[in-house]
Amino acid sequence: MSNAPAEEIPAEEVDLTEANEVIDKYLTLPGNLMPVLQGIQDAYGFVPKPTIDLVAERLNVYPSQIYGVLTFYAQFHLKPRGRYIIRVCVGTACHVQGAERITETFFGRLGIGHAETTEDLRYTFEKVACLGACGMAPLAMVNDDTYGKMTVQKVDEIIETYNQRPMK
Amino acid sequence: MSEDNAIVKILICQGTGGISAGAKQVEEEFTRQIAEKGIVAQIGKRCDVVKTGCRGLCANDVLVDVITPELGRVTYDFVVPEDVAGILDQHIVANEVIEKKKAKAYYNTFVDQQMRVVMTGCGQIDPEKLSAYLEEDGFKAIEKCVKQMKPADVIDEVKKSGLRGRGGGGFPTGMKWSFCAASPGHHKYLICNADEGDPGAFMDRSILEGDPYCIIEGMMIAAYAIGATGGYVYVRAEYPLAIDRLQKALDVCYAKGYLGKNIQGWGFDFDLRIKKGAGAFVCGEETALMASIEGERGMPRPRPPFPAVKGLWGFPTNINNVETFANVRHIINKGHEWYAALGTDTTKGTKIFAVTGKVKHTGLVEVPAGMSVRDVIYKVCGGIANNRKFKAVQAGGPSGGCIPAEVLDTPVDYDSLIKAGAMMGSGGLVVMDETTCMVDVARFFLTFTKMESCGKCVPCRIGLKAMLDILERITEGRGEMADIDTLLEMGATIKKASLCGLGQTAPNPILSTVKYFRHEYEAHILDKRCPSNSCKELLLWQVVPEKCVKCGACLRACPSNAIKWEKGEIAELIKENCTKCKSCYDACRFMAIE
Repeated sequence: MSNAPAEEIPAEEVDLTEANEVIDKYLTLPGNLMPVLQGIQDAYGFVPKPTIDLVAERLNVYPSQIYGVLTFYAQFHLKPRGRYIIRVCVGTACHVQGAERITETFFGRLGIGHAETTEDLRYTFEKVACLGACGMAPLAMVNDDTYGKMTVQKVDEIIETYNQRPMK
Repeated sequence: MSEDNAIVKILICQGTGGISAGAKQVEEEFTRQIAEKGIVAQIGKRCDVVKTGCRGLCANDVLVDVITPELGRVTYDFVVPEDVAGILDQHIVANEVIEKKKAKAYYNTFVDQQMRVVMTGCGQIDPEKLSAYLEEDGFKAIEKCVKQMKPADVIDEVKKSGLRGRGGGGFPTGMKWSFCAASPGHHKYLICNADEGDPGAFMDRSILEGDPYCIIEGMMIAAYAIGATGGYVYVRAEYPLAIDRLQKALDVCYAKGYLGKNIQGWGFDFDLRIKKGAGAFVCGEETALMASIEGERGMPRPRPPFPAVKGLWGFPTNINNVETFANVRHIINKGHEWYAALGTDTTKGTKIFAVTGKVKHTGLVEVPAGMSVRDVIYKVCGGIANNRKFKAVQAGGPSGGCIPAEVLDTPVDYDSLIKAGAMMGSGGLVVMDETTCMVDVARFFLTFTKMESCGKCVPCRIGLKAMLDILERITEGRGEMADIDTLLEMGATIKKASLCGLGQTAPNPILSTVKYFRHEYEAHILDKRCPSNSCKELLLWQVVPEKCVKCGACLRACPSNAIKWEKGEIAELIKENCTKCKSCYDACRFMAIE
């Protein structure tokens, strides 16, 4: 799991302005915890620890409850993520078309496993269930770009391409 | 609509499948070149580029329909930006169909064999335009309900139509509504379950992307019938395009008075908003879904109390699936007699299937309930790809089961599929050929359900893990004969003792593969061989000379120089270089690698 326990999260200085704005937006909405956390993640790319304390205080919930939610759902992240998010579909259609060798090759080439990020913060790799383009199985995505009918050779091409891309 | 005859329309499929294949670039190219070439002046007609939702045949995207007064509707497939100039010059200006690019006969077969009710709008109208929906009799059904029918009449109409929940369970929709309607209290909620988690099923997404207004109208009708004033559409976060299009539709509905207070002056209020999921399969279970809307961990709650009595925030709540809501307006518009005449005795109407896997034409098909599985695969979808032999079709996703060749004539309705050991589920059909190992498929689904188990109840949390361990042992060649019985026994226990639908159905893929493909389990255990040559640990990694046709396909597929092949020679596999990625195995069409 990518979701490390709280102690491992560096308590760096985080600008809470955006988090406060998100909370303001949903303050009166019933069931606002998830929309708030989703908003924070959209703003920061992950959910930094100081924002959790802020949310706990402003929404009047226990931090433990927030951690419960954050660790339950696959889409919340407690650590910074890579500039390029590589997603490989391992849904049924992709599985029977050979998605396993695509994930294994990415693992081997990048030296990271599922839901992990390379040290230089360039790549995060994720296996995902069904991206919904089963006609092009096996499928991979890098950020918003889709790569269909994947082969091991194409994995190398993708890594080569994105190694050249800027990190900004 | 009369001026429609005098304009040219270019329909470009822009569902997730279309966009992945490059539909945006094709659209931009059309728009750019139409302006650049002055097409409108050249032909003296309006020329509209319309982006539509998914029309089903995702494998052949980008699909472009060109409708001209002279030539009618012509479909082109595999369109890339480079084709745009030709289509404009030859087809639209010179009125000459480009035969070479035209979708072949199979496209017509694919379309003609279907019966589109729910998906009428998908692929035809611009999902982002309210005007397009209104032209298709949009919001006529809710108007009819509010003006001419009492809520009880609406429920009665839906009951008589025989509509059953399309989420998988198949509970009669009208009956479900009547429970919630009968619950005391003025504050009730209505939820649309669009947390389509089954890997391999994407009809709900396509409807949301292709015709979002029909969901809104379906929900309005249900809200009127049961007396709900607030509603949520719970959409998987993995569907950004669907969320985006639905949000746009909601905004337009509020702006034009189709949602909110006193809708269209009809004296009926309904508020609707989107709740974005965050990646948890179990949230498709209705009580877990409600917990998630409330902002908690999405874990199921014991029933009773049922949601119709005590649901979201303790208020009576009714939950239906996307496809169910999409059916509603057609029932109201055309009457229950029309709807009940479709389908079989126990399953009325049509059902959308997502047919994927090793089939020629992957895509979404809508057929009348009761068509045989064989017809869906062979008639509509063109049969098995690469001339391989059919082995089984997996119906119902991780909760469903396999249908082998012997029972391929099973009609697709709720009860027949259950009898065959599978289930309708959300309607995913994954086709498997002789290269798919059924033990591996069972292991695959169990890996998924084990990962997605919320952990609340023990049978599911620990039982699935234990079953998965056994399956992994078998696929690695370390299984024992007693394992099969252990699997069956555990499966039966987990089904009985689990709290929610996830655990109660998770053993199904195993139980059904053992039932129909016990010999494959036995081969793994006794012979340490995988009959489909699919389980890596049991492969010999060699070329069978008698089967090799010397084509060299394996060499081209191999990423690691592990194949030696010369023209006219039998291929050879060099084990030292082999990374066991199975690229060669999948590339070989003659099963010559084992």
